[in-house]
Amino acid sequence: MWEIGLAHYLTVAAILFTVGIFGIFLNRKNVIIILMSVELMLLAVNINLVAFSWALQDLVGQIFAMFVLTVAAAEAAIGLAILVIYFRNRGSIEVEDINVMKG
Amino acid sequence: MIVQALAFYVFAIVAVISGIMVVTSRNPVHSVLFLILAFFNAAGLFVLMGAEFLAMILVIVYVGAVAVLFLFVVMMLDINFVRMREGFIRYMPVGALIGLVLLVELIAVATGLVPIGGVKGPVAESIAAQSGVTNTEMLGRLIYTKYIYLFQLAGMVLFVAMIGAIVLTLRQREGVKKQDIAKQIARRREDGVELKKVTPGEGA
Repeated sequence: MWEIGLAHYLTVAAILFTVGIFGIFLNRKNVIIILMSVELMLLAVNINLVAFSWALQDLVGQIFAMFVLTVAAAEAAIGLAILVIYFRNRGSIEVEDINVMKG
Repeated sequence: MIVQALAFYVFAIVAVISGIMVVTSRNPVHSVLFLILAFFNAAGLFVLMGAEFLAMILVIVYVGAVAVLFLFVVMMLDINFVRMREGFIRYMPVGALIGLVLLVELIAVATGLVPIGGVKGPVAESIAAQSGVTNTEMLGRLIYTKYIYLFQLAGMVLFVAMIGAIVLTLRQREGVKKQDIAKQIARRREDGVELKKVTPGEGA
């Protein structure tokens, strides 16, 4: 209980990841919430990487987490830009309305 | 040890609760604020694991940039918040089921209920070998030597993302008076001035 090991951190990361997936399934109306859920999932992945880096005393995990952080920032910027122009053109960001590409 | 454990539980519980609030909150602005809280607590977890540099980067990049970007977009788009929650109950069971299955699987693996291969392997860059060096310096020594190409590539990714976001959201509006420098420079005297011969006593 008072000895915090690798499993504790992995469990927190697993819960956060699951919350992210849950959020994607739950929100069929708001794309912004889905983007935020993706951010939560990437955060959980980062916690996993840093936890293993700490447990194995290996620095490569932290470097990888930094690159994940970079890609997450780029993804958020591009995703929000697409969202803004989509809203400008269609006046809605509901997931069910985004079906232009449907055959 | 007790202090560390207490700090871990506080950070972990607040992070998980704010994560749940992100996806269930009624108002997207509250979602963004809970996302910021989750990131702060994750940064606390990083500090507990001895990754101070990543913790600070997390606060600066996520709280300072990404979350503010989200906040801008949420406030910029004129969304009908009431309609946003429709269908919440309808999608609840399937989402909860999938989430639960995934959670049980992940925790079973994480806590060692399911036997998997050991995670011990050859350590590539040992932390213990460089005692007395701060976390930031250790990361810097690696990033600027062994992982320099990946580091440059990460910079390129950010550059492309920046240009992409600008190009996507740039818009040419009709009916707006705008300075056209090329047109100004290309203007010649003959285009703008017209000389007329005025005969005396008659006017132009």
